[in-house]
Amino acid sequence: MAVTTQRVALPPVEQSWLARLFDWKPFLIVMCMLPCAGLLLVFLTYPLGLGIWLGFTDTRIGRPGEWIGLENYVSLLQDDTYLTAVWWTFFYTFVATIGKFALGLWLALLLNHHLPFKSFLRAIILIPWIVPTVLSAIAFWWIYDPQFSIISYILVDRLGLLDQYIDFLGDTWNARWSLIAANIWRGIPFVAICLLAGLQTISPSLYEAAMIDGASAWQRFRYVTFPMLMPILAVVLTFSVIFTFTDFQLVYAITRGGPANSTHLMATLAFQRAIPGGQLGEGAAIAVSMIPFLVFATVFSYFALARRKWQQGGKDD
Amino acid sequence: MTEAATTAGAPTSFAERSGPIEWASLPRRMVTIYLPLACFVIVLLFPFYWMAITTFKSNEELYDYKNFNPFWVSSPTLANINKLLFQTDYPSWLVTTMTVAVVSTALSIFASVLAAYAIQRLRFKGSQWVGLAIYLAYLVPPSILFIPLATMVYQLGLFDSPMALILTYPTFLIPFCTWLLIGYFKSIPYELEECALIDGATRLQILWKITLPLAVPGLISAGIFAFTLSWNEFIYALAFIQSAEKKTVPVAVLTQLVEGDVYHWGSLMAGALLGSIPVAIFYSFFVEYYVSSLTGAVKE
Repeated sequence: MAVTTQRVALPPVEQSWLARLFDWKPFLIVMCMLPCAGLLLVFLTYPLGLGIWLGFTDTRIGRPGEWIGLENYVSLLQDDTYLTAVWWTFFYTFVATIGKFALGLWLALLLNHHLPFKSFLRAIILIPWIVPTVLSAIAFWWIYDPQFSIISYILVDRLGLLDQYIDFLGDTWNARWSLIAANIWRGIPFVAICLLAGLQTISPSLYEAAMIDGASAWQRFRYVTFPMLMPILAVVLTFSVIFTFTDFQLVYAITRGGPANSTHLMATLAFQRAIPGGQLGEGAAIAVSMIPFLVFATVFSYFALARRKWQQGGKDD
Repeated sequence: MTEAATTAGAPTSFAERSGPIEWASLPRRMVTIYLPLACFVIVLLFPFYWMAITTFKSNEELYDYKNFNPFWVSSPTLANINKLLFQTDYPSWLVTTMTVAVVSTALSIFASVLAAYAIQRLRFKGSQWVGLAIYLAYLVPPSILFIPLATMVYQLGLFDSPMALILTYPTFLIPFCTWLLIGYFKSIPYELEECALIDGATRLQILWKITLPLAVPGLISAGIFAFTLSWNEFIYALAFIQSAEKKTVPVAVLTQLVEGDVYHWGSLMAGALLGSIPVAIFYSFFVEYYVSSLTGAVKE
């Protein structure tokens, strides 16, 4: 008893003005936000604005540009390479996303069964996503080699399905499908592991109830799994779409935009024109022209997230 | 390892039983589950197997599918690795990559911890909007930033210096880490901090002595993720670094090992393999953290 009273009666510890300053909430908030806000404002927000400005100038490497208004955009609209790149970027995003999600969802559903070595399986499935994209892209480059492709070898020499080796990267459409395949390969693990996490939050009792009501496997998927998975699916989808749309590494490593500029994505074309080509203004204009789509996807994501909160009972933070 | 990591407090637990109950017979399970799963695993891992096997092949074996079985190495050789390590700048690329990844990760974690603490725990007016802005910052891809950043880097005199990468990598690391840590701090009971406040601790003492020790699993998740992301980064390193010996591994393997029109597939694959191994080892130690941060970040 005596001990407790003594404790309460202790005088407050004398603090230096510095310690008190750091305990003053407004100052502390400013100090805490400073490194993060400083780095992001200087190296993210400012370059974003600078990029939009550069798009309206004729800046080249080593020469500050002058304001030329919409000239970059007007000339891009008459540039077949650019228009092909835009069309191909949308096509690539669309097909690769569908492939990733169809196969990723299938893999997630498979992994959601009771399996031996489940955590080991989950671990090795994530490997393609962990390894640097460029390095696995180089492996694909070798797999797609015109003379020594292992895929051609299996199809031609082992199975006898084809007469001659496939020219994977030399033909426009072969190169495009090869890139899409590599992108899907790289995207499956991310989608599968995220969707698996979503699947595991679905209560087994829902399936049991559906089974008692006589629902078939397809009906259980369509009316239980799919609606319950929708929120997380929407978020992963947005991420996947944004990062596929702005993809750079895979195309740069495997085809560098070739053959004959037919596989340039907007990002690789922007790089090609800006850094090796030296036309910073034009490159920036190409990069900026990706922004409207990104804004659209982000707004979509925002509403998908809002819907998710509403589904979970409207918790606000 | 798995057990320990799960009990260490990773936010998602995969140990719980979930999913539908199984009534299918074994042959049926074979066809509908194990067979497709085996196909997935083979397809997902084949490029790495192919990378590894090519690394250890001699040139004559590499280009001769008639006399040698391409799926196996009959006489393994270390020539490709030897060439890579002793006739190229590979060791210095490795050191650069490691330095850049470690420093930019440390910088990002420092900034993110403070920001996440301010947003989630100090709760100022508009903190939700700041949180949203950081989420949006994560959605700004490097592909649209590298051109203006290149001009900035040039004007700041950082061109061709690792500092350029150390300062620009946080633009994609900080949003991710902050976002992850906000979610993690949310899971730590606020009552603990209130107790400490009543006992007379200052805010910084609370952060240092109470919140951070409890958030260690979250910090590890953010750290390994940031490390992997910076190890994998490509476009900034490609645009900002010019001299051969200062490049990072992913860029250098692609730009320095390709000589003219002749691709030395053996050494290219060796470069890809050796560049993948550090991340793969790192990954194997922290699998559970990866999975939890990946899924945790998406769920937040």
